[in-house]
Amino acid sequence: MKYVIIGNSAAGIGCAEGIRRVDTAGEILILSDEKYHTYSRPLISYLLEGKTDLQRMKYRPDDFYEKNHITFRPETTVTAIDPDKKAVTTDKGEQLSYDKLLYAAGSSPFIPPTEGYDSVKESFTFMKLDDALALKEALTPESRVLIVGAGLIGLKCAEGIHGLCKEITVADLADRVLSSILDADTAPVIQKKLEENGIRFLLNDCVTRYEGNTAHMKSGETVPFDVLVTCVGVRPNVQLLKDAGAAVGRGIHIDTASKTSLPDVYAAGDCTECVDISSGDTKILALLPNAYKQGEIAGMNMAGAEKTFEDSIPMNAIGFFGLHMITAGTYTGEVIDKSQGKNVKKLYCKDNLLKGYIMIGDVDKAGIYTSLIRDRVALDSIDFALVSETPGLMAFSKKYRDETLGGLRRGY
Amino acid sequence: MKRVYVNEQWCLACHLCEYYCAFANSGEKSMVKALKNLKINPRIQIEERHGISFAVSCRHCTEPLCVKGCISGALSQKDGVIVIDQDKCVGCFTCVLSCPYGAIRPSDTGVMQKCELCTTNASGTPACVQGCPNGAIVFEDRGEPA
Repeated sequence: MKYVIIGNSAAGIGCAEGIRRVDTAGEILILSDEKYHTYSRPLISYLLEGKTDLQRMKYRPDDFYEKNHITFRPETTVTAIDPDKKAVTTDKGEQLSYDKLLYAAGSSPFIPPTEGYDSVKESFTFMKLDDALALKEALTPESRVLIVGAGLIGLKCAEGIHGLCKEITVADLADRVLSSILDADTAPVIQKKLEENGIRFLLNDCVTRYEGNTAHMKSGETVPFDVLVTCVGVRPNVQLLKDAGAAVGRGIHIDTASKTSLPDVYAAGDCTECVDISSGDTKILALLPNAYKQGEIAGMNMAGAEKTFEDSIPMNAIGFFGLHMITAGTYTGEVIDKSQGKNVKKLYCKDNLLKGYIMIGDVDKAGIYTSLIRDRVALDSIDFALVSETPGLMAFSKKYRDETLGGLRRGY
Repeated sequence: MKRVYVNEQWCLACHLCEYYCAFANSGEKSMVKALKNLKINPRIQIEERHGISFAVSCRHCTEPLCVKGCISGALSQKDGVIVIDQDKCVGCFTCVLSCPYGAIRPSDTGVMQKCELCTTNASGTPACVQGCPNGAIVFEDRGEPA
């Protein structure tokens, strides 16, 4: 059996590990357009911050490929996929045949068309290791940095470069920071933390025009800067599979077995869309845990197993300057607000289920709430009043505890 | 493989498991040095309420959500034991978000810590089990795979 994996990040590595759980002998080829050993993309901000380094941020140990009998081909870009011939073409002009293919091409930063953007000399995005290294190279202790986008990537970038430049301004079209995961009550808590650390925000605002190193904002303000980082969002890399005839919405359509509409072609990670069980909507869940699990399921199925991954939900753990937050699910239904002092805890319930939550500050044991959403636990089957105060196993039935603390474990 | 199991009905809520855990992972030779006047931060935690109590520590799941979701590659499964490379951990809390038991928590340095069945310290048999006076925590092979 010959497996080809396009992509060397969480989904691709998950796939290789999934294959090896089932098939220890088949040939695995991983193709990456980058030159690096598999590394953790979300750690690039920690790299700039000095909390990790190039060695420690490797996603798997140095001997990973060798130990798993994987042929790794860095700096190899796939230019076409032929599902009839079951082969991929690379930028080096080769045709590589496969029996089973995983497409885990990730996503790319979206650059909104803005007048004068091309006139900006020091302009960056923040997604790959090379982006981070190039940004670091451009920064001096005197740099004034404009970050466009107050989402997860933009704010982690701001924290990462905080010690490497003079000032940081973050602009966003939304009226609050982290608008995809925080509501109007909770976003100001995070914004305040960042402001206390000297980061300035221009919300409800956007760049209408760049003129060299000046951004003209919609609000009328002008922002002079030395370095620009655009973090407004990402677009899934779907083109190759689309050209090959696969069903594609915003992301590549996959089923719960990570199969695409093309025979023997699987897809996983940020380039795909899947069902968020907390809302029932099909969406792109560009999250590392999701990418890994989709990849692993794909790999196991490519090797002949029959597994499905059916409990995807949005979820994020992120922190800024020591203030941690964890969010998951969908903010719908009745709000149960258990915030106390500086700690935020909002639980969202509907139809006897926990649908989502936001926690900031004290996030201890948040995973118990995540499991209530993911496992669709009927709230009237547990002591919900207790668990909403204090997450713990005490709120569950004795039978559940006997199983979990005394034996049975979760599985696919 | 041998695993830590909890017999809820025998737990006295004496919290000795927490002390033995903190001591075993302190690297200190003397219990006084390791624990006296310090707020301990053990990897096993007692939950107690209305006369019910039990110890919670990592279940070493065969399909570990913490390992699959770990963004840095710090968590891994070694011979069935979920271990953490604290040098790689950046303290992002994704494992805290993932664990259905609340069994992984930050250490005093901000990176995560968890029960590794005392495979990475000098205890041998898990210290919580050795120290439990009432057989409420046991270390047994009940035929569950690694």
